[in-house]
Amino acid sequence: MGFDVMGTEEKLTEIIAAHRGREGPLLPILNDVQAAFGCVDPAAERAIALALNLSRAEVHGVVSFYHDFREAPDMRPEVQLCGAEACQARGVETLVSAAEAAAGDRVRLSKVYCLGLCSVGPAARVGDTVHARLNQTALVALVENA
Amino acid sequence: MIQSHPLVRIADDSLALACGADAVAAVFTATGCTVERVSSWGMHWLEPLVEIDGQGFGPATPADVPAILAGTSAKAIGPIAAHPFLARQQRLTFARAGRTRPLSLDDYAETGGWAGLKRARAIGREEVLAELITSGLRGRGGAGFPAGIKWRTVAEAPGTRKYVVCNADEGDSGTFADRMVMEGDPFLLIEGMAIAAHAVGADRGYIYVRSEYPHAIAKLRKAIGLAILHIAPFQLEVRVGAGAYVCGEETSLLNSIEGKRGEVRAKPPLPALEGLFGCPTVVNNVLTLAAVPHILSAGGAELYQRLGVDRSKGTMPVQLAGNIRHGGLFETTFGMTLGELVNDVGGGTASGRPVKAAQVGGPLGAYIPPSQFHLPFAYEQFAAADALIGHGGVVVFDDTVDMGGMARFAMQFCAAESCGKCTPCRIGSTRGVELIDRIRAPTPATADAVASLPQMHNGRKSGRSREEELQLLEDLCETMQFGSLCALGGFTPYPVRSALKHWPEDFEPKA
Ligand SMILES: Cc1cc2nc3c(=O)[nH]c(=O)nc-3n(C[C@H](O)[C@H](O)[C@H](O)COP(=O)(O)O)c2cc1C
Ligand code: SF4
Ligand code: FES
Repeated sequence: MGFDVMGTEEKLTEIIAAHRGREGPLLPILNDVQAAFGCVDPAAERAIALALNLSRAEVHGVVSFYHDFREAPDMRPEVQLCGAEACQARGVETLVSAAEAAAGDRVRLSKVYCLGLCSVGPAARVGDTVHARLNQTALVALVENA
Repeated sequence: MIQSHPLVRIADDSLALACGADAVAAVFTATGCTVERVSSWGMHWLEPLVEIDGQGFGPATPADVPAILAGTSAKAIGPIAAHPFLARQQRLTFARAGRTRPLSLDDYAETGGWAGLKRARAIGREEVLAELITSGLRGRGGAGFPAGIKWRTVAEAPGTRKYVVCNADEGDSGTFADRMVMEGDPFLLIEGMAIAAHAVGADRGYIYVRSEYPHAIAKLRKAIGLAILHIAPFQLEVRVGAGAYVCGEETSLLNSIEGKRGEVRAKPPLPALEGLFGCPTVVNNVLTLAAVPHILSAGGAELYQRLGVDRSKGTMPVQLAGNIRHGGLFETTFGMTLGELVNDVGGGTASGRPVKAAQVGGPLGAYIPPSQFHLPFAYEQFAAADALIGHGGVVVFDDTVDMGGMARFAMQFCAAESCGKCTPCRIGSTRGVELIDRIRAPTPATADAVASLPQMHNGRKSGRSREEELQLLEDLCETMQFGSLCALGGFTPYPVRSALKHWPEDFEPKA
C-alpha cells in the first residue's frame, strides 16, 4: 500500500462522503481509512471529527478502543497467527519462535484470537487469504513470502 | 472408473480454501471437468473434500486428482451422505450443508428456501410469535434466552422504529458454525432475519460480522444484493467489527454499530426495549436466526419442540475443534453426552494421545475432565456442573496441555479484551495473571515493595505462602464472578477455577 501524500486528502474526503449518510457512520469510515492508509492518524481523526460533528476526543476514544486501528502506519507485510485455545491445543506455541525468527524486522507477526478454523489449526491469515494445518515449514514459508 | 468429465463438487468456504481447495479445483478444471463450488459438509478433517456422483474423496491434494478420476484413489471415503459422521446427525439448520451453491438463489428455492418467510407472512405476526415460543428455541449465542419471548417483547414495545440485529461476532475459540452459515447458506440467515423483522415490525436490520471473517463478509454482501426483492421492504446491511472480542456482547455490539467505543451498557434497559439508537431491537445470534426458517415451515415448531431434553429444545450445531481427530460441524438434538461427542463422534485426539480436558463454550467456558464426560450436552445440565455450553464449541486437549498455563491464558485474554468499564474485570484480570505467575514461580515471592512502605499501614509486610496465594486467587475469582457487569469478567473464573480444581498439580511451581 503506497502512502500517496497527494491523494490522501481526496481519498479521505471520498471515504467520509461514502458513509456519511449512514446510521452510525463512524466505524465504517474508520475501517475504510485503516484499510486505505494503514492507520488512522491524528490528521484523519481531525477530519472525521469535523465531518461528523464530533469532538476529536470522541473519535480518538473509538480509534484507541479497537485492536484493528493503528495510530501510526506500519507498512510491513503482516502475518496474523491465531493464538487462541483451539490452535494452542493443536500446537501453535511450538511454531512461534521459528516464525519470529523468519519474520525478523521485515514482517509484522501479530497474534489474533480465532479465525474460525479451529478444527484445522494452527491457522494464519495474510490479507484476505487464510491458511490452515500449519507446521513449522509451512508457517516459515508463509512468513518468508509475505 | 469414473466417467471422463464428471461434475466435481468442492467447497468454497474459508476453511476449505485454507486447506487448499482452490488448487485442487484448478486441476480438475484443467482436466476438462466442470467444477461446482458448494458449501462444506462440515467434515473438516476431510477438507478439501471432493464429491463426484455422491462419492467422496478427501483430504484431496492436486496430486490426488488423476487417481480420483481413474477410480483408484486411496482417499475414497464412499458415499458422502452415508458417512457415519453425517448419518448420526440431525441436521435442520445445516440441512443444505454440502448440497447447495451458497449464492445460488435457484438452489436455495429448490431446497425449500423462502417457505418459512412466505408462511410467516401468510399466518401473520401473532401466529409467528406463538409458533416461535412453542418451538422452545433459545438463543444460541451463549445466554440461552428464549427467542420467542425476546421477539414478543420487541413486538409489543412502543415505537415505530425497530431493528433486527444479527450478532455475527463469533469470537469464541473453537466455534465456526456462524461462519459456516454465513459462507455456506447466507440466504438462510437473511430469511431468518426477514421473518424476525416481519414478526416484530422492524424495517431495518444489521448483521455485525467480525473483521476476522473477510470471506463471510463478502458472501453476505453479495447474498443481500441478490435477495433484496425477496425480503423487501426489509432493508439489511452488513457492518464490520474492528477486532474486539467484547463487541460480541450485545450492548457493546450496539454501541459499536452506533460508532462508539464498544463498552458494555448496564441493563436495564434491555435492548429489546431500548436497543440500537434507543429503539426496540432484537439481537440474536446467527444460529438462532438461522433456525427460524425451519421452525416457521409447516409443522416445524412442533417438530422442534419434540426434539431435545428438558428445556433444551431442538438441535444444536456442536463444533468439534482443537486436538480432535474428526473435527467439524456436528448438529444434533440436545442430550448427547460430552464423551460421545469427543470420543465416539470426534474419535479422540488428533495426536493419538489421551484426552486430558475439553473446554466447552469458548474462552469463558469451564475445562471439563474426562471423568465428567457423562454430562449430557444441554443448558441446565451443564450449568449444574459449573459449566456452560455457550455457543456450542468443544475444544479438545491432549495430555501434554499445561492447565496452569491455560488458566493464566484465560486471565490474560480477559485483560486484553476487557472493555474497561468495571474494576473486577479490568484490574482483576491483570492481577490474576500476576497471581498465577507467583503461584507457579519456583521461589515464593518476597514482600511487595510498595505494600512494605511504612505509609502503607494496611499493606502486608511479608510475602504470602503458597496456600495464601491460592486463597487469594479464589477470592479474586469470587470478586470477578459476582462483581462484573458482563460475562467477560463474570465468567473468566470458570476456566480458571475448573483448571485449578481438576488439575491442581499443574499449578505446582515450575522449575
Ligand atoms: C464477552 C461476551 C462475548 C459475547 N460474544 C458473542 C458472540 O460472539 N456471538 C453471540 O451471538 N453472542 C455473544 N455474546 C452473547 C450476547 O451478549 C447475547 O447474549 C446474544 O447475542 C443474544 O442472542 P441469542 O439470544 O440469539 O443468543 C457474548 C457475550 C459476552 C458477555
Ligand atoms: S466485565 Fe469486563 S468486559 Fe464486561 S463490562 Fe465489565 S469491564 Fe467491560
Ligand atoms: S482457535 Fe485458532 S482458528 Fe479458532
